[in-house]
Amino acid sequence: MAEYETHTLDVLIIGAGGAGLRAAVEASATGARTALVCKSLLGKAHTVMAEGGVAAALGNVWPEDNWKVHFRDTMRGGKMLNNWRMAQIHAQEAPDRVLELEEWGAVFDRTPDGRILQRDFGGHRYARLAHVGDRTGLELLRTCQQRAVSLGIEVFMECKIVRLLTDSSGAVNGAVGFWRESGKFVVFGAKAIVLAAGGVGKTWKFTSNSWEGTGDGHALALWAGADMIDMECVQFHPTGMVWPPSARGLLVTEGVRGDGGVLRNSDGERFMFNYIPEFYAKETADTIEEGDQWYENKTDFRRPPELLPRDEVARAINSEVKAGRGSPHGGVFLDIASRRSPEYIKRRLPSMYHQFKELADVDITAEPMEIGPTCHYIMGGIRVEADTAATTVAGLFAAGEVAGGMHGANRLGGNSLSDLLVFGRRAGKYAAEHALGRSGDVEIDDAQVDAVAQHALAPFARDGENPYSVHHALQETMQSLVGIIRTESELVEARDALDKLDERAAKAAVEGHRQFNPGWHLALDLESMLAVARCTTLGAIERKESRGGHTRDDYPGPDPAFGKVNMVTRVRDGEVVVAPEPLLEMPDELKTLFEEAH
Amino acid sequence: MATEATVTAATRTDGAPVGQPTVTLRLWRGDESGGEFVDYTVENLGGEVVLDVVHRIQAEQAPDLAVRWNCKAGKCGSCSAEINGRPRLMCMTRMSTLEITTPITVSPLRANPIIRDLVTDVSFHFAVARKIPAFRPGPREADGTYRMAQVDVERVQEFRKCIECFLCQNVCHVIRDHEENKPAFAGPRFFARLAELEMHPLDTLDRRDLISRDLGVGLCNITKCCTEVCPEGIHITDNAIIPLKERVVDARYDPIAWLGRKIRRRPSPTPAPVAAALSPAGRSGEVISTELAPRSAP
Repeated sequence: MAEYETHTLDVLIIGAGGAGLRAAVEASATGARTALVCKSLLGKAHTVMAEGGVAAALGNVWPEDNWKVHFRDTMRGGKMLNNWRMAQIHAQEAPDRVLELEEWGAVFDRTPDGRILQRDFGGHRYARLAHVGDRTGLELLRTCQQRAVSLGIEVFMECKIVRLLTDSSGAVNGAVGFWRESGKFVVFGAKAIVLAAGGVGKTWKFTSNSWEGTGDGHALALWAGADMIDMECVQFHPTGMVWPPSARGLLVTEGVRGDGGVLRNSDGERFMFNYIPEFYAKETADTIEEGDQWYENKTDFRRPPELLPRDEVARAINSEVKAGRGSPHGGVFLDIASRRSPEYIKRRLPSMYHQFKELADVDITAEPMEIGPTCHYIMGGIRVEADTAATTVAGLFAAGEVAGGMHGANRLGGNSLSDLLVFGRRAGKYAAEHALGRSGDVEIDDAQVDAVAQHALAPFARDGENPYSVHHALQETMQSLVGIIRTESELVEARDALDKLDERAAKAAVEGHRQFNPGWHLALDLESMLAVARCTTLGAIERKESRGGHTRDDYPGPDPAFGKVNMVTRVRDGEVVVAPEPLLEMPDELKTLFEEAH
Repeated sequence: MATEATVTAATRTDGAPVGQPTVTLRLWRGDESGGEFVDYTVENLGGEVVLDVVHRIQAEQAPDLAVRWNCKAGKCGSCSAEINGRPRLMCMTRMSTLEITTPITVSPLRANPIIRDLVTDVSFHFAVARKIPAFRPGPREADGTYRMAQVDVERVQEFRKCIECFLCQNVCHVIRDHEENKPAFAGPRFFARLAELEMHPLDTLDRRDLISRDLGVGLCNITKCCTEVCPEGIHITDNAIIPLKERVVDARYDPIAWLGRKIRRRPSPTPAPVAAALSPAGRSGEVISTELAPRSAP
């Protein structure tokens, strides 16, 4: 075989966003030889885009808050499809993870008595999100990054992992990638691997995700034999910019609605009052008068329907647009300008104001924004064991967006930053434990490495179409056929279209040489995106109900039978197959939390 | 002292001429062995930023065009380049602010070694980051919390807005024109980082020797190029570098004043703002002593 640059580690962590960095800090603390590998430069991960905050029941603003309330909010937001144990661990451990960030140098906004301030967010019963203005994700990422750097953890930047390696028992023992800068291959031998590679948004046409969100982590796990769950549960953020093009896909934080912003249709009507589901009727204001008083008095009044969980808001916007009451560019209007003073808006939402002025020449203090549903987050992901973050493949762990179960069918805002801290830490801890308990050296199978390298270089030898055009076709297909509102005939059409796209991708050709060649990188990212698209489409066909982020026109309501199963996708005999499997049963003492009146 | 940022700042705000059907970007293509500018002409769609146009060129004409980008929202600091000679984020430069009747030049950051096309070697900055001793807080309050006043954290938060685009490092003439200064100079981004740590109400570590001796704050002669180029509007010179210079000088000439400044009122239950003691001009110990911070005077 050819000679490759090789690094041998105890724990290899793929992805250097919040989850990967938190995992690395934890694994390194155990004494395990730990390294991070990431597709971009360190500190650029999609985590920087999170705005609203990190959800944790610290009880600084509302002493009544505690993990049980947070747990219940998370499960109800997830339409009870969550892995209950993950939701429990998450709610219990999030406060410690936030306090720990502070000890590492994070500088959250403060209460008048100097503690961490918490803000309201959709679906959370109490003001619960620790935040830094509207750039909380950057603060979290930078804090974890600086912590990892101070511990001397090795970071391999701008390296794309193409495949995981497995031993004869099927356990993972390494990975093959290439340096984007030189195009040269690199082999990592590792006793345990943590996947923390984030999301899949680049599979859709309208997305808030950065270029890295190509589902690499999901695909690597799938190809290594791991189970995925509930890949049909994809969150479309209700308020992404639809106009102008320079701002398309940019999210407008829910904080705009928390601070008084309202949704209006082309008639100027506050239409959310027409879309209050029975499930939330008790705690939602049903008149404009009551809703408007809530901002000042949260004890005596119920919250306005603009703060319903985001899937409810997205569905309402879609209905308005379909009824012909949308904005000129196919969205609706989000209006804070007519309801709050420019000074208030600039103080509460400084980087949002700055960003829209600078990027799109839109002044959010003077005019409404044109917004619509945008692919934002995937709830589904790699099936993991709640306590250890272990996948169904030995030696392989997963945390953050790439893992499934925590958020059920729909994620509450603020729960992703806490998720990646809580389960990033656990993945790092248990991956290190696994690695240190594994005796002997890692034996890399040279034939596997050679096969991966040959596969990765194949696009240079082909004479087919440009990978960009295949990517565009995939995005159009998923946006129009597997978007926010789905139906059987379109999903089947998408499945057939994916067969053809697989063939086109397999023939796609790359120009130029291996040194920092984005066309080549895209050709390989396409494989990941196609794998993810198939899992999502197959899951969406089989889940014949509407639940959270998965909405079926032909099955408009939830079905209790589907509420008891995960839709599992996995590779068997070279094909992606799908099958429902029962959820973990919640213990009775937790079930009682959902029976209490509140 | 002329700098790239000030000399070439004549970008126009009169927008694209109505009806002009195409735009041309003049992109630098090449690698460490050399290269040249190549013109790419694409349809003028309107409402785009420079990065949108670069992406269309990649998809339609030059699939191997090397460029870094991540968020396309001004939050990650990946897509730094020199647009018509001026260091900018490509994702934050609206086409409507540029003259499009002539080609728009896009070239890689000049102060970094070239890798390929618009991609440069930024490893210097990551090496400097590893030289800075991390935040080290004092003990928690009896109730397990850390208490800080909002007014104090806002001072620190200004520096933590940094997206690490490294445009400030690129325009800083101490290293832009003098490669030999790099081993002994941290650069503006890292002076902001050091100022953040020095002004953090909970930090207990003394980094002043490092700042003056190893990281070269004295080499900065306050031309404010870094402040002008910062896309986050951080006042790097006034709020970070000048206070750092003062601290370093104070430490050398006036240890009593330094000791006074390090002494803090116990911030509980309602923390008294310590901003006065940490303001750029606040050199002597205005805050009354009740407890010594656990670092020793030099």
